[in-house]
Amino acid sequence: MDGYDKLVPSPTPDTQPYWDGLAAGQLRLQRCGDCHTVRHYPRPVCPSCYSMNTEWIDATGRGTVHSWTITHYAFHPGFKGDLPYVLVTVDLDEGVRMQSQARGIDTSQLRVGLPVKIAFEKVKDDLTLPVFVLA
Amino acid sequence: MSLRETGAITGVGETKYMRGTDRTPLSLQLEASLNAIRDAGLKPTDIDGLIPYGHGAVAEDFITNFGIADLRFSATTPMGGASAVASIQCALAVIDAGICKHVLISLGRTGYSGGRIGTRVQQMPQFRTIGEFEMPSGAIAPSQLYAVMARRHMEQYGTKSSQLAEIAVTTRYHASLNPNATMKNPITIEDHQASRMISDPLRLLDCSLESDGGCAIVVSAADRAKDMAKMPVIVMGVAEGHPDSPSAITQRPDLTTLGLAKAAPKAFAMAGVTHSEIDVAEIYDCFTYIVMCQLEDMGFCKKGEGGSFIENGALGLNGRLPVNTHGGLLSQAHMAGMNHIVELARQLRGEAAAQVPNAQIGLVTGYGDMGDGSIAIMRRA
Repeated sequence: MDGYDKLVPSPTPDTQPYWDGLAAGQLRLQRCGDCHTVRHYPRPVCPSCYSMNTEWIDATGRGTVHSWTITHYAFHPGFKGDLPYVLVTVDLDEGVRMQSQARGIDTSQLRVGLPVKIAFEKVKDDLTLPVFVLA
Repeated sequence: MSLRETGAITGVGETKYMRGTDRTPLSLQLEASLNAIRDAGLKPTDIDGLIPYGHGAVAEDFITNFGIADLRFSATTPMGGASAVASIQCALAVIDAGICKHVLISLGRTGYSGGRIGTRVQQMPQFRTIGEFEMPSGAIAPSQLYAVMARRHMEQYGTKSSQLAEIAVTTRYHASLNPNATMKNPITIEDHQASRMISDPLRLLDCSLESDGGCAIVVSAADRAKDMAKMPVIVMGVAEGHPDSPSAITQRPDLTTLGLAKAAPKAFAMAGVTHSEIDVAEIYDCFTYIVMCQLEDMGFCKKGEGGSFIENGALGLNGRLPVNTHGGLLSQAHMAGMNHIVELARQLRGEAAAQVPNAQIGLVTGYGDMGDGSIAIMRRA
């Protein structure tokens, strides 16, 4: 309908605040309401103390590259026009990781420890995806 | 209490492996199952336990087609490519509990002609987390998800693509000796290095096949196994292991360690054997890197030393550890590792197409769902 032909997430009540944060230009992470351990990706239970009390914090959006891969084959037709694209796995300053596409990072620059920061791409009316750029 | 030597592989069966078929996965799975049951010298109605692979025929299909009157146990082990070997542990547990005597473990798929793997994983519940948080960014297929592990290993330990190439080359050579392999033209390290990049650092020849076919084994109670048609292959040790952060590789504290690292010490301890006693190893090979990583996780070499361990034909028939003597998922067919169990049984019976001389003890591993691992150590009777 809106012409967007890539895979889209199906948020749940447990994960919706993450997506709402991205739409607002903010990376939000879950933090345990009891022991304050930050966790990602979003889920109902704290793996450190099993508490289900959850709060959401605004993350710095800064981190360093832990690993990466460069995709040369479209495993879903919607991504054909993006080839090749870089996926970076990032150690966030908050101590958790996430993976997203890189923007504006030459593949020759990629190395473990490369400082990056988050940026936001609104890809359709109701979906904003995170990407990483050089910090 | 232990499952050590409580049961044996008594029958193995395969269909012809293909890249292109009009047949249904169900008919392929039933044909392979009948072949395994015949190989064991049993009738279909002797089967009293079923562990079919998670995507395909269900217990009802076997009851309907085989006329099994009193099925006593059915289950699935949803661990992707680790399922087949993990199903051996499950079978031995129900045999040890006295519930079953002969458990059929089977798979049939049209991975080439039907739904391709990249499409299938998007629909699996184990992939729900990355389905929401990684797939929208374009991280969709196993090769992409595993490539970050391979890249991390390369950056951390200096592992080279040309070392991974050794696995592809050796496995292809083994397939060239196997009448039931789908890819038989020998390749070189140069061919590997010239093959197109798929998910950097993984090239086309680092990736396994998509195949059509069926594959099955029968696991029988030890007291029955000794009187059956073929030499039983005794299961000495078996275990499964689940990695930290099983639902998202990127969240794993150590990207270079798989669930097999937890399972292997248990299986070796149960079997009471050392690494030097392993004559042949059939190692799950969805990608070359995963073979190398499992060699490390099992302790055949230290973490980070896998690249040098596999160099210079070490995994060939005359190498220090013959690996994937049938051609594996890389070159025989992708039967989710069920074909690795079949090959180990044939090696230990002494009836393999590319036979390791005097193979007495061997192991088989499974790997799947982004890091689950399974292992069985077996001996000839």
